Amino acid sequence: MTEVTLIKVGMADLNVAAGGAVLKTTGLGSCVGVTLYDPVRKAAGMAHIMLPSSEIAREGQLNAAKYADTAIPALIARLHEIGAVKERLVAKMAGGAQMFAFAGGSEATRIGPRNVESTKLALEAENIPLLAEDTGAHYGRTIEFDSSTGVLVIRSVQYGVKEI
Amino acid sequence: MSLFPKDFDFKMDVLREVGNIGAGNAATALSRLLNKPVDMAVPTVSLLPFEEIAERVGGSETVVVAIFLRVGGDAPGNMFFIITRESARRLLQGLLSEDAASDEAEYSEMEMSTLCEIGNILAGSYLSSLGDLTRMQMYPSVPSIAVDMAGAILSYGLIQFGTMGDDALLIDTSFREGKEETQGHFFLIPDPESFDKLFRALGVPVE
Repeated sequence: MTEVTLIKVGMADLNVAAGGAVLKTTGLGSCVGVTLYDPVRKAAGMAHIMLPSSEIAREGQLNAAKYADTAIPALIARLHEIGAVKERLVAKMAGGAQMFAFAGGSEATRIGPRNVESTKLALEAENIPLLAEDTGAHYGRTIEFDSSTGVLVIRSVQYGVKEI
Repeated sequence: MSLFPKDFDFKMDVLREVGNIGAGNAATALSRLLNKPVDMAVPTVSLLPFEEIAERVGGSETVVVAIFLRVGGDAPGNMFFIITRESARRLLQGLLSEDAASDEAEYSEMEMSTLCEIGNILAGSYLSSLGDLTRMQMYPSVPSIAVDMAGAILSYGLIQFGTMGDDALLIDTSFREGKEETQGHFFLIPDPESFDKLFRALGVPVE
């Protein structure tokens, strides 16, 4: 067994990996975990997106990783730095659940599906194909993305392990 | 994030007292419900990076039982009543029957709605004492329950803070039932806009 380097991606955070390292983010609820992969360079990137659009941001210093519309371009730029070619990138995503299905009727309860929709739009805008997704429903997910294979492993409390 | 540019320590103290009064009443309600003494810790008030909030209940991937209520009225916010699966089992055995929650992985509909109702009663007493103190309207939404990873659950309560920065202000009170290691938490996460209203109502000068 060889040691696999695990790179943690926090909430509203993004990171890239290559050379067989694995990217991991835990406890995705309404947040979306999106991964980009260059299969030739074997370069992987992951973002833990919390909100659909940076238009609602009121913070001074914008954290690009937090919003779907800013996270995708930021992740592409980071991948470019480690030698990935944008035209080769493919995407996968997981998360965007409605953790509390019956809480009020407020717009906040739809935040999961909105994160999913916005992430898809942001990928389309960059012409990056979405290969697979495991989104929606009402449960939390932890994901791991292997930079050597481009396989996304999804764990949940109720449904065990799944690969896409 | 400069949430309170002035009188930071004093304001944090005021919020600690808010937690003390609210959770104190909720702990009394829980104690009556269980007919057992319930110990409450001194609340902690902290401005925490999103990532660290789930650490309070054992980490992002720890499975917890959480009842969530959206607080409506004059000072909106999010409220969570969070307990371990072990404490949920003990609560249910005390209230329903000895063999309740024998299946840790899945609760029956009756068990889920009992837990939800406990959360409802406790949040109601937390908020009504806070309402009395501040003379503001604060009312809980219909409660909803989830048994899942702490990170996935709590991130839901951080959306309002999300647009402001990468930290959230959390009023956390942990409690323990009798000698048992029942670990539970009340989390109150007021919306960023609610702080000035809370302070004004409590006579704290607001810049």
